[in-house]
Amino acid sequence: MHISEGVLSAPVLVTGAALAAAGISIGLKKMGYEKIPQVAVLSSAFFVASLIHVPIGPSSVHLVLNGINGLLLGWLCFPSILVALALQAILFQFGGITVLGINTVNMALPGVICYYLFSKLVNRDGGLLSLVAAFACGFLSVCFSGILVAISLVFTEQSFMSVAKLIILAHLPVMIIEGIITLFCVAFLKRVKPEVLGGIYGKGA
Amino acid sequence: MIEEQFSTGNSFVHSLDPRVKIIVAIFFSVVVAVSSNFASLLPALALSLFLIILGKLSFKKVLYRLLLVNRLILFLWLFLPFTYKGEALFKIGPLVGTAEGVLYASQITVKCNAILLAMIALLSTTSVFTLGHAMGQLCFPDKIIHLFLFTYRYIHVISQEYYRLINAMKMRGFIPRTNLHTYRSYAYLVGMLLVRSYDRAERIHKAMICRGFNGKYHTLSRFSVKMGDILYLSVMLAAILGLVILQWKAIA
Repeated sequence: MHISEGVLSAPVLVTGAALAAAGISIGLKKMGYEKIPQVAVLSSAFFVASLIHVPIGPSSVHLVLNGINGLLLGWLCFPSILVALALQAILFQFGGITVLGINTVNMALPGVICYYLFSKLVNRDGGLLSLVAAFACGFLSVCFSGILVAISLVFTEQSFMSVAKLIILAHLPVMIIEGIITLFCVAFLKRVKPEVLGGIYGKGA
Repeated sequence: MIEEQFSTGNSFVHSLDPRVKIIVAIFFSVVVAVSSNFASLLPALALSLFLIILGKLSFKKVLYRLLLVNRLILFLWLFLPFTYKGEALFKIGPLVGTAEGVLYASQITVKCNAILLAMIALLSTTSVFTLGHAMGQLCFPDKIIHLFLFTYRYIHVISQEYYRLINAMKMRGFIPRTNLHTYRSYAYLVGMLLVRSYDRAERIHKAMICRGFNGKYHTLSRFSVKMGDILYLSVMLAAILGLVILQWKAIA
């Protein structure tokens, strides 16, 4: 899902950085100093969980989890994902300084959108609807991310069009797995610790 | 799972002030990322190779890192020569590769690897905690720095938790396959990680309040700028300025 350094053009990079800055400043405003340790521990849990490789046929994919990150953190998923991406850039050189902004937007914006779309539905008492919402949350967050990655590539250079289409297609199995994982994960959290869901950290409560 | 392979060493680069390294890394990657000509990209690649040599890093490990990260670039090579419009250079069956496409793809490859090498030589030769503190002194937003340092601190704790859970699963005969059972088990694993980290966060927060935490994170690290740092910074900034001039000349 990461776009490497050196691929995108300057206008795309600048737009990404500006959007990321806006999202991050909203996130930071909602995150008081006293919440930082809690958000950080949750962010590190997402960092570790995204290193899990799930088998699919002969190959495997790693989890993205930006949907459930959005559900739990709301707008705070912007700073949370920024920090995770910065650490990945430093530790593994996935991504880098100039693409940090656009990569953050591509991952975090779908998370925030899914928070607004599905948070209420997911938190309803039982029923099929909340499970469907959880699946949709995981599925669509990866889908949106794929589309955003495709858009950033196509805006850089028209000839990226076929690559962009293929990237979205290749993410289809990831979307389905991410949907299934999010569904079970939400069901699990609702049974074990329902207070975690619903963007509590972002609400200032 | 998470190790800082290049952060220890006793080369000149390792002993530099981390703030200097961050500044150089930012300027270098921004300038190279917006360059679009071999006249400036090739010298940039040479410069980043020089930085790796200066850092006395193991070529084998660096090469391994590059291979891992170059997968997307490889993917682009499969497409760009054929989709970029221009003069035909070669043919494979019905596909026509264009000279411009090949040129564009190689430009991206050089760009990407030049930045990657510089990042390894500059940022990965510093420990993450030092980088965090240095960013704090370079006027990055406080909250981001705190979040960065805390997150890195707890990644190690949570990954131990993860290994405990995955080992428990393995001991019960869990073999990952492409089926619903596998996905459900992984989902519960993620859920359990989140629950445990939530509980841990509560405990940490309370413990910190007991110790008088009021939102300020005090640091004991003090950085001092030495003669070598100033020399390095000025030489590097001059070299980066050189890259800008080369790029500008090539466009004009």
